[in-house]
Amino acid sequence: MGTRIKRRAVVDDTACVACGCCAKVCPLSAIQIWRGVRAVVNADKCVGCGKCAKECPASVIEIQEVRP
Amino acid sequence: MKKRWYDYLWIVELTYLVLGFFNILFAWLGLLFFFIPLIIAAVRGTKGYCNRYCGRGQIFGLLGGRFGLSRKKDIPRWMKSKWFRYGFLIFFFIMFFQMLWNTYLVFAGAQDLRQVVTLLWTFKLPWNWAYHGTLFHPGAAQFAFGFYSVMLTSTVLGLVTMVLFKPRSWCVYCPMGTMTQLICKAKNRKDHTVTEQN
Ligand code: SF4
Ligand code: SF4
Ligand code: SF4
Repeated sequence: MGTRIKRRAVVDDTACVACGCCAKVCPLSAIQIWRGVRAVVNADKCVGCGKCAKECPASVIEIQEVRP
Repeated sequence: MKKRWYDYLWIVELTYLVLGFFNILFAWLGLLFFFIPLIIAAVRGTKGYCNRYCGRGQIFGLLGGRFGLSRKKDIPRWMKSKWFRYGFLIFFFIMFFQMLWNTYLVFAGAQDLRQVVTLLWTFKLPWNWAYHGTLFHPGAAQFAFGFYSVMLTSTVLGLVTMVLFKPRSWCVYCPMGTMTQLICKAKNRKDHTVTEQN
């Protein structure tokens, strides 16, 4: 049946520089900077479009498939 | 997305860089770009400056993004490593204090004013056309030349990595960005361990 594969952005916490470039481009405001330390993805909102990953200057965001 | 007033702060940054070509004393205004991020980080514990107000980041974002002056390739792994980011911050600090020392020497009368802008800590560009004498002590002008050198150097480095890698690659190793993140980390250490368990 039509079970679509879900995708979601995953941030490498240790390498994130908290610049906020990702948050600026996310159309759903699903990624935000947590207290100037790192980016955090809201798993309920994120649709895995990959805009943030493309923008991230450190390339530390990966779009992963979510398996239920 | 709706543009806010702070999305236009790149104009301020650009104006700042241009003014330095006409009168070096405007370089003093650059202290704002130094203290505002630190104050936001220390008081509010966020990188609000990077995330919203930094005009320098916006310039790289615009030139590399909208104007397409970027290869949009991944930055090399070592450039985002901790040792490089922290190492660059320390190097930056050392050069900054050396600049302050030179300023002090001019104030103390031990050294004459040098009307040069030093690019990449090495190349001395004659800049006398932006100095018209002043009501202030030559030391004030020496600081302006030094500070403007710092600003121009980081712009040039940022432009180079913008072209080579992603538009805002500079933000990965920008000393202000690293410093504000360190302040936020220290400030939020307690809460950090709490959320880490979630
Ligand atoms: S763009 Fe990349 S480095 Fe910057 S805050 Fe987002 S995930 Fe972190
Ligand atoms: S993948 Fe798309 S929806 Fe998810 S955080 Fe990134 S930009 Fe937002
Ligand atoms: S990392 Fe540096 S250049 Fe980038 S937004 Fe922050 S202060 Fe501006």
